Amino acid sequence: MIDVEGAVTQRTVLDAVEAAFPVLRGTMRDHDGQKRRPFIRFFVGEEDRSHDDPDDPLPVSVADGSEPFYVIGAMAGG
Amino acid sequence: MTAVRVLVGTRKGAFVLTSDGKRQSWKVDGPHFGGWEIYHLNASPAEPNRVYASQSTGWFGQLIQRSDDGGATWSPMSNEFRYDGVPGTPQWYDGTPHPWEFARVWHLEPSLTDPDTVYAGVEDAALFVSRDGGGSWQELSGLRKHGSGPSWQPGAGGMCLHTVILDPSRPDRIHVAISAAGVFRSDDAGQTWQPTNNGLRSEGIPDPGAEVGHCVHRLAMHPSRPDTLYMQKHWDVMRTDDGGDTWHEVSGNLPTDFGFAIDVHAHEPETIYVVPIKSDSEHYPPEGKLRVFRSRTGGNEWEPLTKGLPQSDCYVNVLRDAMAVDTLDECGIYFGTSGGQVYASPDGGDTWDAIVRDLPAVLSVEVQTLR
Repeated sequence: MIDVEGAVTQRTVLDAVEAAFPVLRGTMRDHDGQKRRPFIRFFVGEEDRSHDDPDDPLPVSVADGSEPFYVIGAMAGG
Repeated sequence: MTAVRVLVGTRKGAFVLTSDGKRQSWKVDGPHFGGWEIYHLNASPAEPNRVYASQSTGWFGQLIQRSDDGGATWSPMSNEFRYDGVPGTPQWYDGTPHPWEFARVWHLEPSLTDPDTVYAGVEDAALFVSRDGGGSWQELSGLRKHGSGPSWQPGAGGMCLHTVILDPSRPDRIHVAISAAGVFRSDDAGQTWQPTNNGLRSEGIPDPGAEVGHCVHRLAMHPSRPDTLYMQKHWDVMRTDDGGDTWHEVSGNLPTDFGFAIDVHAHEPETIYVVPIKSDSEHYPPEGKLRVFRSRTGGNEWEPLTKGLPQSDCYVNVLRDAMAVDTLDECGIYFGTSGGQVYASPDGGDTWDAIVRDLPAVLSVEVQTLR
């Protein structure tokens, strides 16, 4: 569980996660433009939220903690 | 008591191999960072237990790890490599403009004197320095900004700054090599740079006086002769005796002068080693024979070293950062292959043995002599 102040969006959730775990900076989104890394996807339930605007509000179920916000690495091997 | 520590970066983790001065029996520790590409591990000459590692994957990007106990345990450091400005746009493989984009750290070169200072050569080609043990990184942007940057193009592996050589006699002199831009030298600790490619010839570059564009694979230097550098290029083994101002070819009687790795005997500045690779598309030894070639004359006259190396059905590659030497009285030579072997010679190359056989594909090898 991560505490997020203000609006709960992709950006604010990831900001909070990176603040709590600085080693994750640059591993989900790049340092500069904060663009999602190509081999990372964001899900809420079974909905792919990867192409949403990072400042769009996430569902209430994520905001109230009843559903997780998933950060998933591609299954692609290599 | 004397010991040798071999730092091995592979496609799927880092390994630390240790032995005593006899170099007969080896302990293998790892994989550290299992599943991650470890392009390079390198230790501080000033503090042997300080080791830096470049850890990356296509999924999660770049991490930098630091150990203060010789590679037993690790802590993540800063992974933020922020380019300082946009001095023009380099080219893609097809010559079209391709904006600078950080991909990974190819090479880490700790300062000769300060364990907290370490240089990072990265892709897209640039040089960074940390002066706080990896806590933060600053670009030495004079390299990209000196003027030739927009004409740089990538080699097949990416536009990478893969070699950093620090001159032990001149604290402010740094040599770097970039695929496929060439060699550059700074004499003011990385503030300003000049290309030093005079004398290099490459088939794809019609202008013999081209300032940049050569695909330099690796440089090596003996610390007692800092003005002499050896180069393995994309075809040709080259040598300079004036700090890079001019280069001349020393391929001599090599069966093929394509290759990646090159290194110098720890006590014999004119004794050098290469691993000839068949061609720029056939990245394996000629005739299926894994041979290291040694020259005791600084090039031109080469002899094959084969004892203990496979001489049939061997089609592995040896990458540019995958060869190193120790500084024991009888100099040990080490190299790692794409087949996962790390070979070592305890006698300057006369005999070889695999000290470990089944690692993931080896990307880099560095060696520490611990006294």
